[in-house]
Amino acid sequence: MNGAPLSLTQVRMIRFALLLVLVAIWEFYARFVSTSSLIAGPSDVVLAWWPKVMGDPGVRLAVGVTLIELVIAFTMSVVVGMLIGILVGLSNVGRRSIYPVVLVLYGIPQAILLPLVVLVFGIGPVAKIAFGFSHGIFPVIVNTIAGMRNVSPLLVGSAAAMGATRAQQIRYVIFPHMVGTVFAGLRLAMTLTLLGVVLAEIFVSQGGIGFYTLAYSETFNPAALMALVMTLALMAIALNELVRLVEGRFSRWKE
Amino acid sequence: MRGEQILIRVIQLGLFASVFGAWYWATQSGVRVILLPPPELVWREMQTLLFSGRLWAAAKITLWTIAQAYVIAVVAGIAVGFLVTRSRTLVHIFEPVLSGIFAVPLTLFFPLFVVFFGIGPDSKIAYAATQCFFPIALNTIAAFASVDELYVRAGRAMGASPWSQFRYIYLPAAMPVTITGLRIGFFICIAAVLGGETLAALSGVGKSIALAAELMETARLYAWIAFVVIVSVTLNLLVLAAESRSEQRNEANK
Repeated sequence: MNGAPLSLTQVRMIRFALLLVLVAIWEFYARFVSTSSLIAGPSDVVLAWWPKVMGDPGVRLAVGVTLIELVIAFTMSVVVGMLIGILVGLSNVGRRSIYPVVLVLYGIPQAILLPLVVLVFGIGPVAKIAFGFSHGIFPVIVNTIAGMRNVSPLLVGSAAAMGATRAQQIRYVIFPHMVGTVFAGLRLAMTLTLLGVVLAEIFVSQGGIGFYTLAYSETFNPAALMALVMTLALMAIALNELVRLVEGRFSRWKE
Repeated sequence: MRGEQILIRVIQLGLFASVFGAWYWATQSGVRVILLPPPELVWREMQTLLFSGRLWAAAKITLWTIAQAYVIAVVAGIAVGFLVTRSRTLVHIFEPVLSGIFAVPLTLFFPLFVVFFGIGPDSKIAYAATQCFFPIALNTIAAFASVDELYVRAGRAMGASPWSQFRYIYLPAAMPVTITGLRIGFFICIAAVLGGETLAALSGVGKSIALAAELMETARLYAWIAFVVIVSVTLNLLVLAAESRSEQRNEANK
């Protein structure tokens, strides 16, 4: 641990330069070294992005449908997950009996349920929403319970002593203190919901994103495949930032 | 205290029993067998898979894939984590980059892995290793970056060589958080291999599950799922037990 501390701008510049170097190496490798048709350079990816990939109305529709599935699944996970979390976290017995069960279920690799989900819900959006929901709900439940536990009983006790009803205690004491932990869960839920939706999308190759990823892979079109994947990755980053923004609004009282 | 303990167990058992009860009741009251086969059919199918050697044949491939991916990720993750924490500047530069990439679901890139590494185990190894590299590297960074400078300075003042600084100061201080990363990485590795196998593979447990669904052999599908659930629940219970034991030990040491 040594070296003079760098300013934030310097760190950002180094990070940016690093990125440029990596892209340059990638471009150089794809253009001059690799003879494989499986490697596409960054310039090829950008050129494929428009009009081949995002200019295709079918791809745009698939990306749009995925986004809608994601939003529905995420909303459902948050609402249902917080409800369950609050109900379980309210009592000591509830927490100590249900919380370990939730943790153990959370640990099951859900990918194995994917074929079953598709069998039950069909190949349409419902299966993808269901699979995204089943991924997203666990971090919400776990972090809601953990967040309720973090609230000091002293604060709740003194609110009760000053005559706050149970509802008022939840609204004015417990909720504000849960924000940090719960939003950590929401960010994780966003990532996991996307994971679930995308897993189901890729698994069902008759339509949607999965159809195009399979088509691009089978016709050896790595540039188009990468352009599509990068688009979805950027979408994921944007959604994550959105959750972070909302979190900032809710935790303003701490400043 | 004792009574509460019993109540907790009763609630958990009740939950378990009501799931099985609902399953049995649903199969009795006309849910289609193709969607939900009765428990005894699944049980018979589990025995068939176990005794015909099919289970072991698929599990061997999956376990070997998991082991290879995990070893690659552990070596790379700890090496990168340790090297990055050699200077505070490096941590400032790399930590946000790594955690930023970790926030993107790498599943998106799975088709790329299949294109590059083929449909055999190699693509699953590369995919799972990439996925679990990040939590391991990030936790190693967090662990080594948070070692108290005071101890290191004290060690140096007493003439500790770089090796003994590492062996007796850095390593013990960084161990708990690093192990957390290894644990998270391990479960991510299992999920990634199984997920990859379900999406695109020639053999393995994930492929067997996808195949059973494709052929509409629902009882076999449930049997495979049951095996994976049993293994992962057992692993999770072991981890939970170990955690609460070390928590108790920490409490006792205070």
